[in-house]
Amino acid sequence: MKNMTDGYSEKVMEHFANPRNVGEIKDADGIGKVGNPVCGDLMWIYIKVKDNRLEDVKFKTFGCGAAIATSSMITEMAKGKTLEEALKITRNDVAEALEGLPPVKMHCSNLAADGLHAAIKDYLERKKNR
Amino acid sequence: MTNDAIVKYIFNPDIPGTMTRQIYMDHSSTTPVDAAVTEAMLPYFSDRFGNPSSLYSIGREARRAMEDARAKVADLICAKKEEIIFTGSGTESDNLAIKGLAYRNRKKGDHIITSSIEHHAVLYTCKYLETQGFKVTYLPVSKEGLVNPDDVETGITSKTVLITIMHANHEIGTIQPVEEIGKIAKEKNIPFHTDAIQTAGKLPLNVDALGVSLLSMSAHKMYGPKGVGALYIRKGIGLEPLFHGGGHERDIRSGTENVPGIVGFGKAAQLAKERLPEAAKITKLRDSLIKGVLEIKDSYLNGHPEKRLPDNANFRFSYIEGESMILNLDMKGVAASTGSACSSKSLEPSHVLLATGLKHEEAHGSLRFTIGRGNTRDDVDYIISVLPEIVNKLRMISPLAG
Repeated sequence: MKNMTDGYSEKVMEHFANPRNVGEIKDADGIGKVGNPVCGDLMWIYIKVKDNRLEDVKFKTFGCGAAIATSSMITEMAKGKTLEEALKITRNDVAEALEGLPPVKMHCSNLAADGLHAAIKDYLERKKNR
Repeated sequence: MTNDAIVKYIFNPDIPGTMTRQIYMDHSSTTPVDAAVTEAMLPYFSDRFGNPSSLYSIGREARRAMEDARAKVADLICAKKEEIIFTGSGTESDNLAIKGLAYRNRKKGDHIITSSIEHHAVLYTCKYLETQGFKVTYLPVSKEGLVNPDDVETGITSKTVLITIMHANHEIGTIQPVEEIGKIAKEKNIPFHTDAIQTAGKLPLNVDALGVSLLSMSAHKMYGPKGVGALYIRKGIGLEPLFHGGGHERDIRSGTENVPGIVGFGKAAQLAKERLPEAAKITKLRDSLIKGVLEIKDSYLNGHPEKRLPDNANFRFSYIEGESMILNLDMKGVAASTGSACSSKSLEPSHVLLATGLKHEEAHGSLRFTIGRGNTRDDVDYIISVLPEIVNKLRMISPLAG
């Protein structure tokens, strides 16, 4: 039983300790659900869209310190951006904004960009079907 | 610095200028070296630095100290001094016991029986031996983590050369029916190894009562130094060495002996034996901790309710993940550990918890506290007071909590 907490940057720890934009958006325009509790990480990203911009972004996450910190970070990064801009945010951008992630966390817990993209796709699908 | 001060210091170096309570409750990972142990070791670094193999007086002095330590370690498990070999770690002891015995008896057979909840030092050694042509039976465990001795008996074949079942589990604390397995091994005349790294120094051990041929120990789990292990080898059991060289340790483990470490192990073993009655105090703290923590909604105890190590309390909390709990506890000054995948390099949750039948997502939510002699009732109360808040905070963030 090891504690792989070494290697978290101050920024990761700061977001982990005080996560931003936690919760659900009741009348969300799009929801992205990524990850799998079997792997230990599950991320739900909620978005509210107005005039092609992300007016609000919230999250709920089951997972480790990196999973929670990346979720919190992406809500900050995405808020106010156009959908096109938001779709350009990559996993690496999130990791960089957090001043890096331990290598072992780069692929397993760095799901936030996927979650955001899934939420935007959900919004676009809903719009198409309306 | 007194022992208590080593365990519980009130200055938190991570937060300059603050006085934060620090509680170490991860004694199954490692323990602080006892002040008396350090004191016993110190002369053997620079003053009495001799090589125990040297014939002149400073060499003989080192040898005497080492043999004195060997007698103390033997005494802890009611063995004879000649039956103890010093190694570099508990992992090395496990490797030496299993590979050494398997290789030595290759002509007799190629089958090993072990359990599915062994420490990686045993489990991965067995897996390695499978790549070398050996066959291994990994016995299942009950949901409390118990091996059924009947399974051991029915698992034995004419090719079985070794049974290796741990004394108590490092994660969930379940104590195995080693005496019963020892009887079966003796009847069938099969060498029986037990990894006693979590029990040596915590429970009274007697190699004859346990019926073992080989038993692994580690100094740093009993307030001794890191980098020293020991293997009990019953008279008549032959092992193929892993290291070849100058023929140290009866030609079973070549390499100049770590004299300061061995002296420290001897002192730690002596103190552990004297302090065995303290287990009652630790058990009481453990039971208070278990009672307090289980007040939290959707929390469960992992392992066996009674047949468990005096110091071990392992829980599972629904809807949340272990590493997040560890980080939050650390912010409150509490050191504990988890079996979550996120806490390991393998990205797989604990094989022990999975073997007890937990689902992956349940195994991710585990939290282990292991109590030591420096812990107090206040420490337990503090953990009981901060943990519900941490669990609630993480459940607020979790999409799984309804």
